[in-house]
Amino acid sequence: MAGIAQLDAIQLRQMLRSGQISSLELIDALLEQYAAWEPRVGAFLNFRPDQARDQARELDRRRAAGADPGLLAGLPVSIKDILCTVDYPTTCGSRILRDYRSPFDATVVARIRRAGGIVFGKTNLDEFAMGSSTENSALAVTRNPWNVAHVPGGSSGGAAASVSAGICPLAIGTDTGGSIRQPAAFCGISGLKPTYGRVSRFGLVAFASSLDQAGPMARSVQELALLLQTIAGHDPRDATSAPNDVPNYSASVDEPLPGLRIGVVRDHFDAGLDPEVDAAVRDAIRVFQSLGAKVHEIELPNSRRAIATYYVIAPCEASSNLARYDGVHYGHRSSDRSRDDESPHESTRESTRESPLARLYCRSRAAGLGNEVKRRIMLGTYALSSGYYEAYYLQAMRVRRLIRDELLAAFQTVDLIVGPTTPAPAYRLGDKSNDPLSMYLEDLYTVSANLAGMPALSIPCGLSRGGLPIGLQMQAAPFAEELLLRAGAMYQGATDWHPRRPAA
Amino acid sequence: MSSDRSDSSPYVIVIGLEVHVQLKTVSKLFCGCSTQFGAEPNTQTCPVCLGLPGSLPVMNRRAFELALRTAVALNCRIPEFTKWDRKNYFYPDLPKGYQISQYDLPMSHSGWLEIADPKGEFPARRIRILRAHLEEDAGKSLHDEAAGKADSRIDLNRTGTPLLEIVSEPDLRSPREARAYLNELKLLLEYLEVSDCNMQEGSLRVDANINLHIPGSAGPTATPIVEVKNMNSFRAVERALAYEAERQFAVWRETGRTIADVPKSTRGWDDQRQATFAQRQKEESSDYRYFPDPDLVPVTVSSAVVEAARAALGELPAATRQRLESTYRLSAYDADVIVNQGRRFIAYFEQVAGRCGDGKLACNWVTQEVLRILNSDGGTIDRFPIGADGLGELIQGVRGGQVPSSRSKELFGVMFSEGLTVTEALRKLGIQSLAADELEQLCRQLLAENPRIVADVKSGKAQAAGALVGLAKKKNANVNPADVRETCARLIAEMP
Repeated sequence: MAGIAQLDAIQLRQMLRSGQISSLELIDALLEQYAAWEPRVGAFLNFRPDQARDQARELDRRRAAGADPGLLAGLPVSIKDILCTVDYPTTCGSRILRDYRSPFDATVVARIRRAGGIVFGKTNLDEFAMGSSTENSALAVTRNPWNVAHVPGGSSGGAAASVSAGICPLAIGTDTGGSIRQPAAFCGISGLKPTYGRVSRFGLVAFASSLDQAGPMARSVQELALLLQTIAGHDPRDATSAPNDVPNYSASVDEPLPGLRIGVVRDHFDAGLDPEVDAAVRDAIRVFQSLGAKVHEIELPNSRRAIATYYVIAPCEASSNLARYDGVHYGHRSSDRSRDDESPHESTRESTRESPLARLYCRSRAAGLGNEVKRRIMLGTYALSSGYYEAYYLQAMRVRRLIRDELLAAFQTVDLIVGPTTPAPAYRLGDKSNDPLSMYLEDLYTVSANLAGMPALSIPCGLSRGGLPIGLQMQAAPFAEELLLRAGAMYQGATDWHPRRPAA
Repeated sequence: MSSDRSDSSPYVIVIGLEVHVQLKTVSKLFCGCSTQFGAEPNTQTCPVCLGLPGSLPVMNRRAFELALRTAVALNCRIPEFTKWDRKNYFYPDLPKGYQISQYDLPMSHSGWLEIADPKGEFPARRIRILRAHLEEDAGKSLHDEAAGKADSRIDLNRTGTPLLEIVSEPDLRSPREARAYLNELKLLLEYLEVSDCNMQEGSLRVDANINLHIPGSAGPTATPIVEVKNMNSFRAVERALAYEAERQFAVWRETGRTIADVPKSTRGWDDQRQATFAQRQKEESSDYRYFPDPDLVPVTVSSAVVEAARAALGELPAATRQRLESTYRLSAYDADVIVNQGRRFIAYFEQVAGRCGDGKLACNWVTQEVLRILNSDGGTIDRFPIGADGLGELIQGVRGGQVPSSRSKELFGVMFSEGLTVTEALRKLGIQSLAADELEQLCRQLLAENPRIVADVKSGKAQAAGALVGLAKKKNANVNPADVRETCARLIAEMP
């Protein structure tokens, strides 16, 4: 059936529920998209068409037998390869976990399956979600479907590309410092980072535990609402998950918000901002004004420290979280002891100083982990070391509190903070891969929401002259996902950026 | 011996103890796995305690409750806010690469435990508790890493088991005091039913820090601090510390090196050789890079919760000792012996005392006869064949004269070995108490048959009457010697 792949998840869900199409027909239509796009884009690390078709057949059979098709009713969802799945490897884009298989499903994945969703492949990412271009993946290259010379963003670059290329209507990404929003902006789709604790982290392989949050990625906010509905909620297996009730996001998403108060941060429009992004974002703000919103200029001076704060806290947590990849219990193990002992090139000094165990650790980690991961482990290890802890980690935690307080105060006077998601549209592959610092600045506008644990949305708001998407970021107070989605729907109701697709 | 504090000792011993107690929970500290000891290796594990990617810890409330109960009983302060920290280090039996522990804000601190020596070898003292905090245990390694030859084997069943680490201040002044502290702590933990305290199974582990303060003309000199490990019994702790004190003194006399010259080192105790030995030093001083575990939420403990825990403690050993002394008029020594046997034994004693109506007598029986058997058999009071009522009845019979005291031990022996009641045992041994007229008849006959003894007694040789008791017993084994003595004396006195 031609054209199925062009429909959004809301339409597809209705057709699946009414029996107009079967899940298998949908999967087969999307497999054609996969065949057309995947060789150019490389969104996936592992993709099993037969498995998806089998699951679709099973769901169709159950639906025919009268079973409740569930919230997702046979829709496929691509999963970022940092969420554990029992039926796919979980590699985290790293050599050290290249062959790792989890014995359990992440809670997010389990909820998708329970809602009648199909796990539609595992998508590429920067190794352990550390990066903003997916170039740090040790296993594959992902390209931007709008222009394959450009990066898809990251770290959820594969997830964004899978939706952008029309291979999959829905995707799960994760966001530690902007890793859902930035690739969504680069690939011209919508992406939501929920409030910290809104979505269970159980089975989300930890990069920075106090910042990580999984969230939905799709073309429209209605689709985000559907997927968030599926994955949100308390999980007794995650002590940091929130007990708050989950609103019916799908039911309310199309209700406009009267009298919206929109905060605009002057700093977000500084000299570093690309003029085309600047113009697109200002246009978007005018759209909101035309819909009755009032704009308030606000100041967030503490947020200027957000990048520095983030790049202390995230590496500190990462240095500890990644200690378990030591080659002992699972994952890549570099060399065995006997070979070490026979090695003629080893300096006497090293072999006497290091135990065979220490050598096993060092070699496995040296070979199994990539440069960016090592860089962050070293940063974090240094910052947590005795004598530096107070000056770095503790100080960063204090600033983090100030950033959160400042945002909470701002949300007393405005409902939303609106601005650019990224300083510029997607850059070319290789442009920043040798310049970690400029890569870190990609997170300029996004990290505050992670540090503050607050929800933030990125939606498409324009195209550059070069044909690359531009993203609009909207932030709100803790657990105000409903507000974000409704505001996003207002904007998308008045514009047509989000349905646009890259040329085939 | 120089290991005990005395005026003649050339130094003062300074000891602090770190005790790791495995809490008696059904499941581990951060996952649902069993904590049962002795299972096949690596059968009590799950993704959480294996530290598999994506797994997350969730605190076991029961473990916190047991820790709180213990901390309150140790007179600790309980802060309203406590948190979890990660202690980062690499080791194969630590699958996450860090241990979840408590660093700067432990769940309890600043307590004390009173120790006393009933024999009066040291005065009763409060040993200060620096802190008691919760942490997860690591797994077990069986390896020969240093030799670099054999394969290492790792059992992760123990990984994640809840431990309470109880750290004393360096207040202990002799190996004997250290042992007394451990005995009292173990007794308290057993009283509280928070731990099995089984050193063989590792549910109670002791590390000791020790050095010497040596007086001198320019003030005292301190020897380098040594942490002693691998001690698998309280006796071993006492011996290791005594050995270590003498060793440190000898080394100090030889080298003159002080705490300022040598960093803290670690020594193991070799039970075979009865000596401590230097353990391999880490190449660099360890920096555990503690920081708050972001996977866990801090714990808040309201004063109401603390008060409820305090109220639920019941009577603790020190109070029980005092109560036994005053209620049953026991000596401090006797009360100590009973209390040290634990709650069930105390209950047994109190029931015996209540039944027989004489605390002192009950004490003699339970601390001598009952304990003698328990100690030689290694049994427990729960399974002792003579119930408290049975023993109480026996003692009561002796007091009332219904049971001949001369044969009470014999009766006890039969009750124990054959599980008989007092009545059954009396029947079994053919013991019947004599009626008063029967006894008088027997004595008259006896005096008539032994005129020389009667004459001797009459002429003032009172001790000559002793022979009558033996003769009376031959006539009837059930006679009570005191009664025989008394009756014969009266009859002789009545003679013209």
